[in-house]
Amino acid sequence: MQAVKMVITGPFSAGKTQFIGSISEIDVVSTERKISSSAEKVKDATTVAMDFGRITVGDDLVLYLFGTPGQRRFDFMWDILSQGMLGFVVMVDSTKPETFREAKRVLETFESYAATPYVVAANKQDMEDAWEPEDLRIILRLRPEVKILPCVATDKETVKNVLLELLYSILEEIDKVEKAR
Amino acid sequence: MALKGNLRDFSTTQLLNLINLARKTGTLSIQNNGNSAQMSFREGKLIYAFMGPEEDNHLAQILHNAGKLSEDQARIIQARAKGTSDKQLGHMLIQRGHITQSDIIQSVRQNVLDTVYKLFTWAEGLFRFEANALPSPGHITIPIDLESVIMEGSRRLKEWEILQEELPNLDICLRFTDRPDARLQNINLTVEEWRVVSFVNPRNSIRQIARANNLSDFEIRRIVYGMLQAGLVEIIRPPRPTPQAPARQSSTRQEILQEQGIDDPQSPAVKRSVVVRLIDRIRGL
Repeated sequence: MQAVKMVITGPFSAGKTQFIGSISEIDVVSTERKISSSAEKVKDATTVAMDFGRITVGDDLVLYLFGTPGQRRFDFMWDILSQGMLGFVVMVDSTKPETFREAKRVLETFESYAATPYVVAANKQDMEDAWEPEDLRIILRLRPEVKILPCVATDKETVKNVLLELLYSILEEIDKVEKAR
Repeated sequence: MALKGNLRDFSTTQLLNLINLARKTGTLSIQNNGNSAQMSFREGKLIYAFMGPEEDNHLAQILHNAGKLSEDQARIIQARAKGTSDKQLGHMLIQRGHITQSDIIQSVRQNVLDTVYKLFTWAEGLFRFEANALPSPGHITIPIDLESVIMEGSRRLKEWEILQEELPNLDICLRFTDRPDARLQNINLTVEEWRVVSFVNPRNSIRQIARANNLSDFEIRRIVYGMLQAGLVEIIRPPRPTPQAPARQSSTRQEILQEQGIDDPQSPAVKRSVVVRLIDRIRGL
């Protein structure tokens, strides 16, 4: 059985757990705990180690989705979770400009771990005060070749689209390697 | 008994607080990754500090850094003043009218403060406080209240943390923006900023620019951050590694790992067909 892994990362409360929950065939194995810090009490629980989802492709192939904890004090987990990843998705809450700087930091940290393809998911695009994905591209200083995709983490179709776009980018990278041989 | 430990466990701020409150007299030495620094105190007041090799802290060099002497003047004076103490040299320069007493006091004070503020950013380093050990009488000492140093140091530390977050990597390069309104001649830059501007080039990393201009990590971050915010320059991301055919050695390594059933964390080695299957599966969900 071959197992491949994708990492879903992003700042605290960006929607990573919901993203995995929308597409995983199993209930997300989540290690959430009640939030103690008043500054972070925008939701009742947060991911303290990781979320884990699965998509079975066949008897011999399975895709695992790992969600990283968003709070800084757990960022020692990021390096561990990134090992061997096929690619990664950076989730950004488009309605919370105060988290954009943190999103940039997360993105740059994961970029430094491995030269694997990634996409940025501009989450909560169904909300009235969501920032446009192309505005986020400027804020996050994304290179033109990095895809930034509109997303609603609770909507399976947009989640599928994000994962597919990431897979297309991975495919392009593989083709480049093949050509270079 | 000497007070000793690691800054990891007891920070510069805490040390200075202790020395201030206990009105200690002596010299604090800190070693960190080949860098070294010393601060001396008399009855809880900072009186002297230096960082790095002795020649970099020569009075002539301090006056040059403060813009009171040209590079050539500093070099000649330093060469001729071998064996002369800073105090003697200071008197000589004042008598010859090269410089005023106030220039010397201000420059030495600034050098001491710059040294101490840099130490606030050291997160790690072995320290040792030798009670009653003081600099030799030939050094110029200036008493400075520690309360204001601690407050300013803490403020700079916070600023340093923000800059560190904004510009975590100094091994990236800069280039001028293509924006037509970003014209350097219309912008007021400090001498240090101009020096940095002259080195902006896609081939020079920020770290190289800092070295060339003798700027600390904090100083270069502050300047580059300001220039980025003003839209004068932009960061060039390091190019992603060009895809290359795997070397013989790495494929052998992969074979060994595969034989042993170990996933290579550096290289997921996924075939095209696997990705195509993943795409088909997700499309069908």
